[in-house]
Amino acid sequence: MTTVHSPRVSRRSPARLALRRFLRNRMAVAGAVFLVLVVLLAACAPLIASHDPNAVDLAAFRRPPSGEHLLGTDSSGRDVFARLVYAGRVSLLVGLASALAAVIIGTLLGAVAGVVGGVTDTLIMRAADVVLSFPALVVVVVLAGILGPSAPMLVVVFAACNWPTACRVVRGLALGLREQEYVQASRAFGASRASIIARHIVPAVLAQVAVVGTLLVAQTILLEAVLSFLGLGVQAPQASWGNMLTDAQNLTLIRSMPWLWLPPGLAIALTVLAVNFVGDGLRDAVDPRGAR
Amino acid sequence: MLTYVARRLGVNVAVLLLISIGVFLLVRAAPGDPVRMMVNPEQLAAGGPDFIARKRAELGLDDPVVVRYFIWLRDALTGDLGYSFVSRRPVVAVLGERIGPTVLLMGTALLLGLLVAVPAGTLAAVRRNSAADYVSAVVGLAVISVPSFFLGIAAIYVFSLTLGWFPSSGMTTPGDGGGADVLAHLVLPAAILALSIAGPFMRYVRGGLIAELGADYIRTAEAKGAGPPRVLLRHALRNALIPLITIIMIYVPQLLAGAVALEQVFAWPGMGQLAISSIGQLDYPVVIGFALFIAVLVLLCNLAADVLYALADPRISLR
Repeated sequence: MTTVHSPRVSRRSPARLALRRFLRNRMAVAGAVFLVLVVLLAACAPLIASHDPNAVDLAAFRRPPSGEHLLGTDSSGRDVFARLVYAGRVSLLVGLASALAAVIIGTLLGAVAGVVGGVTDTLIMRAADVVLSFPALVVVVVLAGILGPSAPMLVVVFAACNWPTACRVVRGLALGLREQEYVQASRAFGASRASIIARHIVPAVLAQVAVVGTLLVAQTILLEAVLSFLGLGVQAPQASWGNMLTDAQNLTLIRSMPWLWLPPGLAIALTVLAVNFVGDGLRDAVDPRGAR
Repeated sequence: MLTYVARRLGVNVAVLLLISIGVFLLVRAAPGDPVRMMVNPEQLAAGGPDFIARKRAELGLDDPVVVRYFIWLRDALTGDLGYSFVSRRPVVAVLGERIGPTVLLMGTALLLGLLVAVPAGTLAAVRRNSAADYVSAVVGLAVISVPSFFLGIAAIYVFSLTLGWFPSSGMTTPGDGGGADVLAHLVLPAAILALSIAGPFMRYVRGGLIAELGADYIRTAEAKGAGPPRVLLRHALRNALIPLITIIMIYVPQLLAGAVALEQVFAWPGMGQLAISSIGQLDYPVVIGFALFIAVLVLLCNLAADVLYALADPRISLR
């Protein structure tokens, strides 16, 4: 728990040990390598895709894969490969942004709950219980149904629904850290609660928070995909991995055009799997006692 | 015990009231004028602005927000959630006929998921750190990583369109609708929904069983001569499965969320499909009814989880 604060910075520092444990986990390393590839592909989308992802070409619609269109074209004649690469940007960005926002809110609330305690603690944790019991998907379905769907709303709702996971972890750690001698000492010197949270609690929980955040990225990428598939997330013409599958609600298209739904589906599945492997590896590396 | 249940119930009712205020504010935020939605166009044209103003007053639309909230709440409590804009039928009736198919789908998925998760989790716990344990962990992670709607599309492609084993959509074949027919329609969506919960459930069974197998009473049972199968099944597994009751309750809302996407893929006539199609048709009263239904379901499941947890394990003291 206090590993980050070890005063001895030697060759066997806790961070280095954690890195070594992570590198020994083959699945986690494979996941990390795959993710780097996906991020590179998405980041360099304009260099990789030879077509405009939104260029409608009605003369060349529903074409099977060929040299000209690597993964064929969709019902509007748009290049599926170009859309796949550009969609990666949106899907990764929504996943990262909402996981980051959720983790920041959760860490702050968790630290406050743990350090301040009392009624504040009870209120925050009760709210966390309630929020956690509502599936984000259903909340977005209802809100999108009434206020209209949009990508920024996805990020806000995901963050609002997912902060309790980080909050619980951080509160648990903060309760222990609060009693540590170095925290007690800085309290005795008159440090305010805010400065204790900022200087002692937050830095000490970052490793565990990173684990929670990574696993949240996997969840939010999946959620974005489902909602965009249902037409309640990222809106056409902007491509996301989820809304590329929206057309595949038609039996004829499912049968005759696998190139339309197979690549984005696999992209989601493999990316989420890779993030989950990395998250699992991080957890075992950060907290070896919890390892299997 | 009773005071405990009463207090939990009180907390849940308070939360429900808070949610109802949120939903009410959403109702107000929803576009569309209720008068224009209710009255038929000819009457509206004949009546003119005076008519609309009179109707608004009649409906209480000019009352203060707080008054309107309590009127709305009273109506909601008596089962009056208004009328669907599309079918013009009461929202409660529209929602009611969709509950059955969704419960059938969720219940079958839950059963199938447990049938896979309990043996797999037991095997993983008993043969800890073996190849089987490792494989089950990777498979468990894989099934929660693949989006279920994509699995659904792939299953339709393979099992319906290519192999022709199962129907691809709906709950019944027109003109049939017997038990076997419904079952054939149920197989694919229920199996895929089951996968999504089998992974996490398996981990819970494994974790719980490993904890129980290390307990003192297991050593006592072994010392008294109980064979390994008896120790495992009669003693350890029984205790390890108790927390699962709570976890099932906590997962019911998740299961419903999963059903929303799968009902859409398989055109299963349940609540999720109703919600999505109502959104497409801007049928706000039905969407709001769905929201309230979910809120009540989630809070009931929470309450059930708390109470069952306490009932099943006498070591938990209730305060």
